[in-house]
Amino acid sequence: MMTAAIEEEGFDCRKAWAATLESLAAEDERIVAVVNDSVGSSNLGGFQKDFADRLVNVGIAEQNMVGVGAGLANGGRIPFVSAASCFLSARALEQIKADVAYSEYNVKLVGQSSGVAYGELGATHHSIEDFAWLRALDTVTVLAPADPWETEMAVRWAAAHQGPVYIRLSRMKVPDLGSDADGRRDFTPGKARLMRTGADVTILASGTMVHLALKAADILAQGGISARVYSFHTYNPLDEMAILDAATETGALVTCEEALVRGGLGGAVAELTSANQPTPLERIGFQGFQTTGSVDWLFEENRMTPGGIAEAARRAVARKL
Amino acid sequence: MEAQRETNDLRLTDISEKARWMRRRAMQMVHAKKLGHIGGDLSATDILAALYFGVLRYDPKNPNWPERDRFVMSKGHATGVLYTALCAAGYFPEGWLDTYMEPASKLNGHPNRNYLPGVEANTGPLGHGFPIALGVAIAGQLSGADYKTFVLTGDGEQQEGSNWEAAMTAGHRRLSNLTLIIDRNRLQQGAPTEETVSLDPLEDKYRAFGWEVSEVDGHDHAALLEALEAPSSGGPRCIIANTVKGKGVSFMEHKTKWHHGVPNDAEFDQAMEELSA
Repeated sequence: MMTAAIEEEGFDCRKAWAATLESLAAEDERIVAVVNDSVGSSNLGGFQKDFADRLVNVGIAEQNMVGVGAGLANGGRIPFVSAASCFLSARALEQIKADVAYSEYNVKLVGQSSGVAYGELGATHHSIEDFAWLRALDTVTVLAPADPWETEMAVRWAAAHQGPVYIRLSRMKVPDLGSDADGRRDFTPGKARLMRTGADVTILASGTMVHLALKAADILAQGGISARVYSFHTYNPLDEMAILDAATETGALVTCEEALVRGGLGGAVAELTSANQPTPLERIGFQGFQTTGSVDWLFEENRMTPGGIAEAARRAVARKL
Repeated sequence: MEAQRETNDLRLTDISEKARWMRRRAMQMVHAKKLGHIGGDLSATDILAALYFGVLRYDPKNPNWPERDRFVMSKGHATGVLYTALCAAGYFPEGWLDTYMEPASKLNGHPNRNYLPGVEANTGPLGHGFPIALGVAIAGQLSGADYKTFVLTGDGEQQEGSNWEAAMTAGHRRLSNLTLIIDRNRLQQGAPTEETVSLDPLEDKYRAFGWEVSEVDGHDHAALLEALEAPSSGGPRCIIANTVKGKGVSFMEHKTKWHHGVPNDAEFDQAMEELSA
């Protein structure tokens, strides 16, 4: 049976991103957008209409786009550099490293349509390596919001934060996750959001995978397994305490991300736990380049479904020391 | 008129003295540390001296002054000339130059703005400074600020495609507050530019991208000042500064060997003698 990865009734987080940026730009004239002919794909038509001169379109030129972002920051602006994440993170990686991360310029990088959102377009247009690349740059805060509310919070936090930020967005529809396990809503970069308490296994999920992880927890509960679930929205800095506490208290871990597991959250958790608290770990995500296919098909193929996550959790539980 | 000429003469004398000091000090740094890029330091010295002691508006006590003119050193390997210029401009004490490339020094092999006041961008990989300078100029254009932005690239560096992305955008936006200077010493790391991947006709290329182009002797301070201060006719300006790699030291001039060659003691003594002239 096919499990739809995309909710029929869900939200495209690009809308939350654009609405938040427009609202911030109205309050703070330092905010500018920098794009590579990506006004439409970044959903910035409204921004362009309201703040025409503050939308800097450098054309199809990603290296220039990121360098211009650093220069705008030098000139006192707060640039949000927005482009399809496959081009932003890969084509301009040296500019991100030298001009933004190492120079510590106050640039916000916004990767649109990340993961395999451009499913059928193939691996050139998939952006599954970006977490590994960006997480390696230690001055960059790397955020992966999971729903419209987290997206708004991430954009607002980035605008107020002094320093480089990468926000990874998707065009795939996701549900509103609602409140944290304790009934409140807290989005603090560097602190994972506890969405569900649990004692037998912990699922650490990011972005489009969080709502699927919550469904997996429902499946596991039916089988008597109590799963803790985090919206692990920050890759850098890593919430080490949440991971190590989960390792100690639940004894089994599963990471879920719409990304390459090598170097991504799967890699980060493996690095941390193997050095501090060796724990059975199953990693849901991509193992390498993906073929062409619809998003649903690619998710199903890679077991990035509630059923697939639940299976992985059972395997992790069975491997407990 | 007479007073103006006298002021200009004083300025030229100052530039000339600073340039001589910068060349000698860079030579000492490279000789002492047995590291550096002396050939490109010497070719760019007169350009930086003209900028820092004749053209740029800045306050070394307030390096991040929002209204300062910006100079982005895109050929980031030429730290001998950049650091001596910033030092002579008063950004940091001369003693810091003695720490050049020492472990944990503020004076990296390539510049770091977070350690060293006066540095605008952490350059080193080529083709980065020009897009950054473009962003600075766009910021000035947006806010109506009257600061000017200057960027210096090497000539071999022009082979990096990112420069042409920036050139296209600057031409399109008619950025009259942006000046690109190309240190045209005609040698890249291992061979002449024209034997590697030819750049000529460089003037025509920039004109075709919507730039106002002038060509000057990059060691003639008066000519440099005239080109750097020429009023813009409404678009970005490119100054092709014809220079000599290794300028001022007879055995280093026009030789690729001195891209990152280091003088031995005898060569150093001879170089210092020639540079005191």
